[in-house]
Amino acid sequence: MTNGVPRRLAQAVVVLWAAFTLSFVILYLLPGDAVLAKLGGEAGTTVTAEDIARERAAYGLDDPIVLQYGKRLLAAAQGDFGRSIATGEDATELVLNALPSTLAITGLGLVFAIVFGGAIAIVGTYTRSRWLSQLLAAMPPLGNSLPPFWVGLLLIQVFSFQLGLVPAMGSDGFATLVLPAVTLAIPTGAIIGQVLAKSLRTQLTEPYIEVVLAKGASRARVHWGHALRNAALPALTLVGVLAGNLLAGSVITESVFSRDGIGRVTASAVTAQDIPVVQAVIVLAALFFVLINLAVDLLYPVLDPRLSGRVTAKAVSGV
Amino acid sequence: MSTLPLRAAGLVVVLGLAAACGTTTAAGGGSGGGDAGPPRPGGTLRLGISSNPDCIDPQQWGTNAALNVGRQLVDSLTDQDQASGKIIPWLAENWEVNPDSTSFTFTLRTGATFADGTAVDAAAVKTSYDGIKALGPKAQLGNGYLAAYKSATVVDPKTVRLDFSAPSAQFLQASSTMSLGILAPAAYQKSPEQRCQGEGLIGSGPFVFESFKSNQQVVITKRKGYNWGSPQFKHQGEAYLDKVEFRIVPEPGVRTGSLASGQLDAITDVQPVDEPQFAGNGFTEPVRANPGIVFNLTANTTRGVLTDVKVRQAVSKGVNRQEVTDTVLTKNYKAATSVLGSATPLHLDLSKELAYDPDGAKKLLEEQGWLPGPDGIRVKDGQRLSAKIIFSLVFNQNQSVLELVQQQLRKIGFDLQIEQRTTPETQQLTLAGDYDFIWYNTTRADPDILRQLFSTKAGNRSKLSPGNPLDAALDKQAATVDEAARKPAAEEAQRLVVEQAYSIPVFELTQVWGLGPKTHGVGFEASSRMQLFDAWIAG
Repeated sequence: MTNGVPRRLAQAVVVLWAAFTLSFVILYLLPGDAVLAKLGGEAGTTVTAEDIARERAAYGLDDPIVLQYGKRLLAAAQGDFGRSIATGEDATELVLNALPSTLAITGLGLVFAIVFGGAIAIVGTYTRSRWLSQLLAAMPPLGNSLPPFWVGLLLIQVFSFQLGLVPAMGSDGFATLVLPAVTLAIPTGAIIGQVLAKSLRTQLTEPYIEVVLAKGASRARVHWGHALRNAALPALTLVGVLAGNLLAGSVITESVFSRDGIGRVTASAVTAQDIPVVQAVIVLAALFFVLINLAVDLLYPVLDPRLSGRVTAKAVSGV
Repeated sequence: MSTLPLRAAGLVVVLGLAAACGTTTAAGGGSGGGDAGPPRPGGTLRLGISSNPDCIDPQQWGTNAALNVGRQLVDSLTDQDQASGKIIPWLAENWEVNPDSTSFTFTLRTGATFADGTAVDAAAVKTSYDGIKALGPKAQLGNGYLAAYKSATVVDPKTVRLDFSAPSAQFLQASSTMSLGILAPAAYQKSPEQRCQGEGLIGSGPFVFESFKSNQQVVITKRKGYNWGSPQFKHQGEAYLDKVEFRIVPEPGVRTGSLASGQLDAITDVQPVDEPQFAGNGFTEPVRANPGIVFNLTANTTRGVLTDVKVRQAVSKGVNRQEVTDTVLTKNYKAATSVLGSATPLHLDLSKELAYDPDGAKKLLEEQGWLPGPDGIRVKDGQRLSAKIIFSLVFNQNQSVLELVQQQLRKIGFDLQIEQRTTPETQQLTLAGDYDFIWYNTTRADPDILRQLFSTKAGNRSKLSPGNPLDAALDKQAATVDEAARKPAAEEAQRLVVEQAYSIPVFELTQVWGLGPKTHGVGFEASSRMQLFDAWIAG
């Protein structure tokens, strides 16, 4: 495991650099730029070409692209993504300030997703009732096909506007977390449930299950103690990828629930072609992916002692 | 296999639930209302706004979200009467303008102070105006208002003279806007970026800045001891509200639902589809059209078929403005009656010239030799009667409005191709003059906006040649604040733009707000932005 660490760090650096470079190239290739976005629309009524040129120069946007890229990369390596062109705030600070609010809903969303997905899969494969099993098997496709935007509005309509249980908006307190987390958890939980159920069904037909049953173990013990433990590995790998989905889902969820967070910052920065902020978000998201996948890898040996002593390259390639 | 029917069944259940919710909300809204009674001081107004203000310094930002906050924090030298459009005193008791409108001398009232306790005197006014000029294009609206601003001179502590390098009659109206609102000298010790976030944003207005959390809310509180309100305010002294929370709620359905369920007291930007929800059930719906240039198709007269004035006139006759407001919008929106909105001072009613006349349009086109081609679109010498319009989604209904106009024009054999672009792209193409038609509106409560957009010495959006009659009319209205002289020039300019069809006006952008049963007095100022001084919440 020890010799895997430097390789992994090198890979992480490459991932971060690629994210940085790709985002720069894409934003640069888009027509228009942040200055035009800021001074466009109604605000642009009396703006002259000279004004635009002056503002561009002030943000170094008139430098040759290679120079802009080099300067940005050098500064970013030291954690400085520059100032937002739209608002003048420090991009890193802007993103870090928005982070806790997003981590709160995605974290809780992940917990809900694991609980929902796990329950659907475990109950669905354990029950002897045919209709319950079929009903639960239908949940993942349903959960995954509901648009999160619509689910969010429906939850607000019922639990906030009708029942008055939670506020419809805001980022303050636990009450504002529940509905956004449920909204995020539905599609994610659906995928976890689907994969876990399939993998449980496969495990339950394995010969070792018959051995355990022959030794006199109860159905419950076989399910919990033996099959689930083996079936959890594919689902766990998936969690690494899904954590990223949750982050992406925050763009819509945060708008619907009027919350601050990475999703809102990303949406407005992309619209404004605000390169410093978009890059700070993208590099942060890449970092998040790298860390989650590292955590997942470190969990493998805990679940499966056969894997201890070597870090699989499999999970890394998932990055 | 069994999942499909189940999925469908699940959807039916959920949809049924949603439908049930919809009806109960409407019924729940029926309660409340009652007599307003006399205004009551105190309380907090929870106001749902549709977008993050990004920057709340009114001298810098030009969006409604920013200006609606900024208006409450600053006073201006003058105010503009909401009904008549006349300029009236505010921080300045009176003023004098030299004959060619290049020098404005303001006499300030006494006793007004900034929130940091310093006096609103001539030196402070000079510092503030110099500060706005120094912002350059960062002052998104002020930059245009002060384009010819040269300097300010402190004549004595009560008197300040502002000099311009070119006739600037429009400046008198500009001096009433929040974009030229006065900030305390201490504000300019902070950077523009800091002021954007509220730091050092010290005005003399009826409210003071408390906090700004991006994408969440802006909080302002009552200024104690405020006693220098504009004469058009309905009461004098301090504002009624103790506190205003501008909550940022981007999703229109959540804004309306929050108002209906009492989680908000007022909201801005009620969408056309949601308007009936707040009609006559205890809720009220303040409505005001924006002054300035209406939403219109501005023609580039150097491009393709639009070089021919008869073709442009035919397009104008082929647009059924009433159908646009009746079907895509609501009765709160007005069909354009000039290139300027009806709330703009010196607006000239040209509704006769803008009447829907498809037969007249066809006749004009036939006279010019445009005959129907195989697909119904007219052709002449192998050329199709076609032009492209570029637009961005600055207003949600833009796409539907343009699709309807496209269908209307198809009936006279004109092929309008609509092309959505992002705001920066539209801006780039506009500056480069690279368009047939552009679609936009501009809010400004002064006819000079026509000069800024159509004069060959300014925006020249129709790409006219210098020395045309429109230029002369526009220059004339810019040179005098005397209404008797300015009015005929401003009217002549509107008539020329409409008759020559440099611009084909369609409808007036309108602000539609929703107020809860307990909310009163949330008002519009002359530019259709928000004035909260007289707003109050019933106990």
